[in-house]
Amino acid sequence: MTSFLQQLFNGLVSGSFYALLALGLAVIFGMLRVVNFAHGALYMLGAFGAVVLGDDAGLGFWWALLLVPAALAVAGMAMERLLVQRLTALDPLYNFLLTFGIALVCQDLLRMKYGSHSRPYDRAPFGGTVDLGLFDYPRYQVFVLAVSVVVCVAVWLLLTRTRIGTVVRASTERPELTRAFGIDTRRWVTPVFGFGVALAGLAGVLAAPMRAVNSDMGADLIITVFAVVVIGGLGSVFGSVVAGFAIGMIQALGNLYVPVLSQTSVYLLMAVVLLVRPAGLFGKEEHA
Amino acid sequence: MILALVHRLAGRPAWIRWGLLAAGLFLAAVLPWVLYPPVATDILCWGLFAVAFDLLLGHAGLLSFGHAAFWGGSAYVTGLIALHSGLPFYAAVLGGAVAAALLALPIGYLAVRRSGIYFAMITLAFAQMVYFVANQWSAVTGGENGLQGIPRTLPGADLSDAFTFYYAALPVVLLGLAAAHRIVRSPFGRVTAAIRDNPDRVRALGYSADRYKLTVFTASAFLSGLAGGLFAVNHGFASLQEVDWTTSGKVVVMTVLGGIGTLWGSLVGAAAIVRLEDWLSTAGFEQTDLVTGGVFIVVVLLFRQGLWGTATHLLRLRAPSAPPEEPEADAESPAHAGGGGGRGFTARAK
Repeated sequence: MTSFLQQLFNGLVSGSFYALLALGLAVIFGMLRVVNFAHGALYMLGAFGAVVLGDDAGLGFWWALLLVPAALAVAGMAMERLLVQRLTALDPLYNFLLTFGIALVCQDLLRMKYGSHSRPYDRAPFGGTVDLGLFDYPRYQVFVLAVSVVVCVAVWLLLTRTRIGTVVRASTERPELTRAFGIDTRRWVTPVFGFGVALAGLAGVLAAPMRAVNSDMGADLIITVFAVVVIGGLGSVFGSVVAGFAIGMIQALGNLYVPVLSQTSVYLLMAVVLLVRPAGLFGKEEHA
Repeated sequence: MILALVHRLAGRPAWIRWGLLAAGLFLAAVLPWVLYPPVATDILCWGLFAVAFDLLLGHAGLLSFGHAAFWGGSAYVTGLIALHSGLPFYAAVLGGAVAAALLALPIGYLAVRRSGIYFAMITLAFAQMVYFVANQWSAVTGGENGLQGIPRTLPGADLSDAFTFYYAALPVVLLGLAAAHRIVRSPFGRVTAAIRDNPDRVRALGYSADRYKLTVFTASAFLSGLAGGLFAVNHGFASLQEVDWTTSGKVVVMTVLGGIGTLWGSLVGAAAIVRLEDWLSTAGFEQTDLVTGGVFIVVVLLFRQGLWGTATHLLRLRAPSAPPEEPEADAESPAHAGGGGGRGFTARAK
């Protein structure tokens, strides 16, 4: 039983990353109808950002947690303005291809500069374990889970309870109508893209102390996250986040009971969801 | 590759069409004299792969991001057959292609339930699953080491020389290309093009769009499997690289560079990328993803008609008296890059 709960908790922690990345993807997709393939590469850049800030500037984890997402938000906005925006009038698949190209370039540039082996990051803000009643758990992992939950809830509140959120949701769902009310929907596109990218960067910084930091870390993750958003329904921010946590847990339990399926369980789950509910668990049927 | 021009130029004197076809075949026949023979065979393999991919993307409007599963899956099955059975390599490649088609059935069945961007993500995810299976099932696939020492068996012939092997592989590729061409020009191909352009209307006419999509998906996987199997025999090994997601991306970039929906443009795109990578690796530059990614960005932003699309566009500008394009000579319709009016891949803006 203890190992079951412990594994469930492991799942929640890896689900934290799925949720943060899926959240960013869903927010960007909602506003621009773009699936950002570079999201994994930006997550990887976030982790490298933390490492480089630590090694070259001597700045600790908290600085990285603040500076890296902010820097990536700026980079993301520049990317949207300079590249993505040129293609938004066309089939969204073109932007998928564009961001795929950007992902490949980022990944290979990093590999050129830092090689393909993992970089150590030993500036975790706290070590040790925390007693969770039934078992001890690494303190940092608990922190990651907490941050992820707080961020997801905060974004949810931002979208549903504030005026900015209302405007963004309105421009997502009924762009023409929103414009007819005199709201400049395009003004929100770039900041929203930057925000989604910042979430990827945040996830990357959080990953640095506990995951292997190398140029491939993003690619492996983003494909799993694609399966997550197909399961959750990409149109639904709520669904993407819930699916992120749920799949983290299912994967972890799979690790425990059917180790053979540890890497493939998420794809099998996607197959089942496609059979039963092609639009995803929380998605609306649409012809994209 | 000239067959398309033949049709493009339908209505022009027959000698031009046959002349162009002859020129294409001549080029295919002399390629290993001009290039390093293994590279020439690589161009054949990637060329067939890209044409098979364009069959799906350009002529059915489905962007698969998981075609490495079929190319690489067939590479493994071909390798296993060749290693363990001693059959001629033609049989091994055919077996690999059949395996790829069988693999495409469940993947396609699930993926055609969604379209557009979802189709791309779903195929990518399933291909990643194939990758993990290949990685984990090391007793059969060799895991990280891959399958090594795949023989080029052919009774009565010595194929150890890459130059000879090119000519052994060429008929397979030509048959594959002819099949792709035949599918596009067939009534079946007309229906898939119609599904690409207006799925609702095709459904209203009583066609089962999903069944057509699944069929073309499987056909594309079969041809990709032929190419992947040949590639494995050509190199004597099948590795995880063949089922990697970057391989899926590479075939996309070849087709996009050649020109989406031009079918034969994919051959040009494949040849260009293979040559470029070969040239760069000779020069000691190993960052092939950087090149692929860079080509992606440039082509998608600035050059969406691709090489072939641009060439035919220029040809038509030079000859304003040419007869108007047959409407079903689909080659151009998706390639009017930047426009907003047409249908197909480019213009289905949301």
